[in-house]
Amino acid sequence: MDGLNRICSAGRHAWRLAAAAALLLCGPVAAAQDVLIRDATVHTVSARGSLQHADVLVRGGVIAAVGPGLSAPAGVQVVEAGGRPLTPALFAGITEIGIEEVSGEASTVDSHLKLGEQPLRPEFDVTLAYNPASVLVPVARVEGLGFTALGATTGGGFVAGQGGVLRLDGSPDPIGPRALYLRLGAEAAELTGQSRAAQWMLLQQMVDEARGRVAADSPHALLTPAGRRTLAGYLAGQGRIIVAVDRASDIRQLLRWAQREKVRIAVAGGAEAWQLATELAAAQVPVFVDALGNLPASFDQLGATLENAARLQRAGVPVSFAQREDVSHNARKIRQLAGNAVAHGLPWADGLAGLTRVPAQVLGVADRIGSIEPGKQADLVLWEGDPLDVAHYAEQVWLGGQAMPMRSRQTELRDRYLQRARVR
Amino acid sequence: MHHLVRAGLAVALLSAVSSQAVGASRFLQDPYPSTYRPQPSEAVLIHNATVLTGTGQRLDDADVLLRDGRIEAVGRGLQAGAEVRRVDAHGRWVTPGLIDVHSHLGVYPSPGVSAHSDGNEMTAPVTANVWAEHSVWPQDPGFAEALAGGVTSMQVLPGSANLVGGRGVTLKNVPTTTYQAMKFPGAPWGLKMACGENPKRVYGGKGTAPATRMGNVAGYRAAFIDASEYIAKNSPKPAPRKRWFGGGDGSDSSGDSGGKRDLKLDTLAGAIQGDIRVHIHCYRADEMATMLDLADEFGFKVAAFHHGVEAYKLADRLAAEGVCGALWADWWGFKMEAFDGIAENIALVDRPANSCAVVHSDSPEGIQRLNQEAAKAVAAARRAGMDEIPPERAITWLTHNAARALGIEGQTGSLEAGKMADVVVWNGNPFSSYALADQVFIDGHRYYDRTVPGTKPVSDFRLGQEVQ
Repeated sequence: MDGLNRICSAGRHAWRLAAAAALLLCGPVAAAQDVLIRDATVHTVSARGSLQHADVLVRGGVIAAVGPGLSAPAGVQVVEAGGRPLTPALFAGITEIGIEEVSGEASTVDSHLKLGEQPLRPEFDVTLAYNPASVLVPVARVEGLGFTALGATTGGGFVAGQGGVLRLDGSPDPIGPRALYLRLGAEAAELTGQSRAAQWMLLQQMVDEARGRVAADSPHALLTPAGRRTLAGYLAGQGRIIVAVDRASDIRQLLRWAQREKVRIAVAGGAEAWQLATELAAAQVPVFVDALGNLPASFDQLGATLENAARLQRAGVPVSFAQREDVSHNARKIRQLAGNAVAHGLPWADGLAGLTRVPAQVLGVADRIGSIEPGKQADLVLWEGDPLDVAHYAEQVWLGGQAMPMRSRQTELRDRYLQRARVR
Repeated sequence: MHHLVRAGLAVALLSAVSSQAVGASRFLQDPYPSTYRPQPSEAVLIHNATVLTGTGQRLDDADVLLRDGRIEAVGRGLQAGAEVRRVDAHGRWVTPGLIDVHSHLGVYPSPGVSAHSDGNEMTAPVTANVWAEHSVWPQDPGFAEALAGGVTSMQVLPGSANLVGGRGVTLKNVPTTTYQAMKFPGAPWGLKMACGENPKRVYGGKGTAPATRMGNVAGYRAAFIDASEYIAKNSPKPAPRKRWFGGGDGSDSSGDSGGKRDLKLDTLAGAIQGDIRVHIHCYRADEMATMLDLADEFGFKVAAFHHGVEAYKLADRLAAEGVCGALWADWWGFKMEAFDGIAENIALVDRPANSCAVVHSDSPEGIQRLNQEAAKAVAAARRAGMDEIPPERAITWLTHNAARALGIEGQTGSLEAGKMADVVVWNGNPFSSYALADQVFIDGHRYYDRTVPGTKPVSDFRLGQEVQ
């Protein structure tokens, strides 16, 4: 609640957190999901671009109007933004938020599958394990993150399984289509008989099975009947296949494969993707860039550079972001990726688009979220400063027009020890 | 285990106690001495900058004069002769070179292939005998990237698999062929210890001690008991009374120097005597308190707790006891002992009087952005309604306080006359996602200039990779 309290208080600099005061809202609590945010710098991430001194009216959880000088209908709460930035709620990246609680404790982790027999199970769907009550959800949300691509992570097979898009509002179910997660290259070679060449061999066989070119009762089948049906859906274009891959030669093979099989793909990580920027742009294959990766961390990443995002964008590749380490607990770091990509040549607007509109489009949910336009869900963030700069923070998050409590287990811990120290 | 015994024997046979060990602790002999020499440098006047001194001061429109590898003067309107090269820093910020107290560059280098996994001697829970410097690969491409992030010095530590992981080494971040040529002259060694989950997981998982936190503490105590006894045996004996029949005192142990030299106990003894600085990987507040008691029990001092995601729960005590907290801005939850991490940790540890908050990386990515880590902590503090932390304060976390933790604050970590000219010129306020180091000086020599292509050092490993 500190965010709202701060917005409502008259003097910015006079404001100090106090536990009791933090619960006060200015005026009566208006009907939830109706709000007028007034005088913001509205980054619509749409064709309208960024609007100075603009208002956003939300009715019934949906954006009703965007523009200057909107008037508040009766009963609608008004929030004065004082010119501060308003953006769509941000993309948290490809994470395991809600399917892992403590990474090192296996009993709390549901993100990967490790079946000894028949390890290749595209039908595995991690969204079924999603726990909207995870403490990771509010921790991410208070940082301005509103939705995530819940991804299956590599376990017993290089085909990890399916994930979906979760809004971080506490709702239990994914929105939009599922995506299939796949890993290629050195990191997956151990799962494919010690060679990345076998990844194409196995993939081809799975495709043949899914397309009915292999008898269902073949003793050599890799897939279960459910797996064949699932993969057939992706081959028919029902969802995107998101491929974690770094080496340029692997990305080249991937592009050929996708073209041949007519599947929609996206690249995640993509350390050397910039080397194939033209090809990726021609095929309109989006890349979730690890924008802090510049080390030859493996022989698959020798070409890693901080200019990856900028070069891809310049070539016309849709660019979003994805972290490599501690993606879930530290999902908030994704803003730093975007900001650093901007510091290395990506236009600021593309940095923000990479955290909003682009991932929404790539994941098939842009009809609902990812931009500030009438008819879209009111998933919004009012920022204390530049949203791509780690020097600033999210003041207030609305999801579906509902002001989210700006509290998490971490703010509770903070406030306990902040108070304790003061008492002493 | 077999290999360890064999290696230990070989070492014992080869080692010879030199006669150097008079006065200063004999546990500090360095047969692998620093060969670092400052590179030639021209005198430089960085003028019209926003200067953060590292001692808590901010000077606007100020100048910094570097000469002969040292900082000659800091202030407004400095005069310098025509021979002095001028760097117009209008709109730019100048800080001391950044110092990372917790790096594994060189010991866990890029590429992270199995042959490069040299950071954890995971063969016994107490390996105080190993020295991280003997694992450092100077061609790690991460050093140059850290330099571009403004890092001029760092402590390279062994990993945290062991209760006592070994000696850490402080390096100047210069491109060289040997680690000795990076070794920070006169910097004390660090001793790496680890609390909590890692040692008990690594050894408990093998069915050997320690398997529990109580096993961890028993392990530290046994090691320090051995070291205390070793010190007693190796302390100079009172001169024997002269007897009429001459010679020694006639006892069996006449002339006994305390037995053969033991590399493990050398290091632990050096720590007890305060010559080797103790750096402890420790997450939980209660375990940090246990380690402070352990330090009292054996008479050593803890220089810093590293990672300390719960340090905010113990901030007053850390400050009161002069112990630094070397911390991340936002990592948490990857294991149970990291579950209570909060983004305000650094700011809360910084708050008490006489505190020593340090931003550390433990990461080849994080070391490139210590300034951004600090920016996150400043923003989190503002969000929490704490007093605004000004840049001149935040910079101490990556410079002066880090130097204090390493025991090199007399030489570097602040922009003061006479200190090493380890200096960064930033393109603006360093506490931002958009901040980039424009120029980095080490002992006055400009090792990196962002505006001049080709000045960033290129590791041998990187050569020719792009040739098609």
